[in-house]
Amino acid sequence: MRLNPLHTPPSIDWMVVSPVLAVSVGGVLALLLAMFRPKADNTAVIWTSLLALFGAGYALVAQLPLPEASTFGDMVYRDRLGLIAQLLIVISTAVVILFSEQYLRARRIPFSEFYPLALWSSAGAMMMVSTKSLLMVFIGLEVLSIALYVMAGMAKQSNRSEESAIKYFLLGSFASAWLLLGIAYIFGTTGTLNIEAIAGAAVSDNALVRGPLLFGFSLLLIGLLFKAALAPFHQWTPDVYQGAPINVTAFMATVSKAAAVVTLLRVLNHALPLKDFFIPALTVVAMLTMIVGNIAALAQTDVKRLMGYSSIANAGYLLVAILAHVKSPDQVPVTTTLFFLVAYAATTLGLFAILTLAAKDGKEETSFADLNGLYHREPILAVCLAILSFSLIGVPPLAGFLGKFLIFQDAIVAEQLPLAVVLAITSVISIGYYLKVVRATWVDEPQGEISTRSVLPGGAKFAALACTGIVVLLMILQTPVSKFISGSGQPSAPLSASANAQPDR
Amino acid sequence: MNDVPLLVYLGIGLFMFVTGAVGVVVRRNPVVVFMCIELMLNAVNLTFLAFARYAPSPLVADKQPTWMAGQMAVIFVMAVAAAEVAVGLGIIMAIFRLKNKVDLDELSSMRG
Repeated sequence: MRLNPLHTPPSIDWMVVSPVLAVSVGGVLALLLAMFRPKADNTAVIWTSLLALFGAGYALVAQLPLPEASTFGDMVYRDRLGLIAQLLIVISTAVVILFSEQYLRARRIPFSEFYPLALWSSAGAMMMVSTKSLLMVFIGLEVLSIALYVMAGMAKQSNRSEESAIKYFLLGSFASAWLLLGIAYIFGTTGTLNIEAIAGAAVSDNALVRGPLLFGFSLLLIGLLFKAALAPFHQWTPDVYQGAPINVTAFMATVSKAAAVVTLLRVLNHALPLKDFFIPALTVVAMLTMIVGNIAALAQTDVKRLMGYSSIANAGYLLVAILAHVKSPDQVPVTTTLFFLVAYAATTLGLFAILTLAAKDGKEETSFADLNGLYHREPILAVCLAILSFSLIGVPPLAGFLGKFLIFQDAIVAEQLPLAVVLAITSVISIGYYLKVVRATWVDEPQGEISTRSVLPGGAKFAALACTGIVVLLMILQTPVSKFISGSGQPSAPLSASANAQPDR
Repeated sequence: MNDVPLLVYLGIGLFMFVTGAVGVVVRRNPVVVFMCIELMLNAVNLTFLAFARYAPSPLVADKQPTWMAGQMAVIFVMAVAAAEVAVGLGIIMAIFRLKNKVDLDELSSMRG
């Protein structure tokens, strides 16, 4: 049979997919290696994983100066927003892997499968942020989530871990079914799975197009709001965060959240003609998220659960940044969202790295009382914990303050005063519970005898110190970091221009 | 075959989807809840196929070559659903081993 000469296979730009390939193939290699490793020694698996992440990071940085490109029939797309988000995902995964091994041993769950699963999960997150195809968004989301369901239930002997896994699994698949129905209706009205077509269909006068499109778009947003843990779709967060092993919680709080937030940003950026429809709705969502997250956190007595509510609150701040950008895309750069994500990821990862010392003899206690006397055992880490908590509150010289300040500024510029006011008030409320963490480490004395032995292993200590370093230095490095994120001396001109590119269809 | 209007397929799809969603909310056995989620995914598949088959649909005037993507999406959704089954049943098994029963109402050790 002769093939039609017109049907030459399209050329594939392997460079564009190389980061995702490096991470997922690295995961396969790590899994194979685990079969041949000496008994229960995960060293080789860890180094393979870190090497794969390093390779992906290198491929990402090498692509930064290159122009936008797409390959695999427009299913994978390269632009600065995607590259920076992928870089954040890769680095966060590497930090999580750094502090995982000793923690998993202390919890008596030293499964080498954690590392390949973490790699595949972050490959899914990377797919999500580097595409303009809604189908790829769904597949990336599922690859991210399915690996996370397994990781959340990794502590097989712990009721809480299994409970968190089943809750995350059922609610997560429920939410992705809604997301998928939304994609189906958007596909039905635009005739393509490309996000760029939304704007074209949105300006149609035909009510038969606009109605189903709005229906589909709302469902798509609900799916993404769920993944980013925004109220009223946040109920799963505290339980899942509290029950899952700490390193998995850290992974969820950074990688999963970054992927969802960046995808949300991309989708909204391509649906600007629907502005009047989604901005009021999402403004309510953002306010509700900030209020619910911060108020509910006040009553918590468990640090992990508190971090769950804290992550809800921070998702609310991120939504304010996104809304400010989509309200006036010309004045407000997209840089703020990414900058806040970087600050948030560094702070959260550092905090969770320190929390891993809560694991001992296969158990894990993360209530406030278990942090008492930390400054006797680990004076440096107690200082780090205080700094990171202050950063989450938003005390001036730290990264968290800068992130919140930039968002506040953006919200004012975009004339969203109510959001700015709620942001400021809820930040003040947040002092109440973050200070409890500081108090538990520095003021309250432990009940039993004080162990002065250093308990936190090297990897976690390094991760905690590095994250604290970033949090402290981000203020000084604001200009270079912003320039790196936006890609020029001008505040984010190329990035916001590319993100707002109007469809040609 | 085009005698059946597109809206009928969309209606059946929505009915199946809502049935699944209600089932997720009211049922307490995780296996049944999971079956309901599968029903929702199948409803979406039907919707995708209907849109792809009826191209150009009454909703969109011009015919585009990308309509085939609807049929392709169904294959991907089925693959993802299969992966979810494997993981979901694994988690349910793990809970059963731990507690000797699986009931969503009794999975509430965390509060606050």
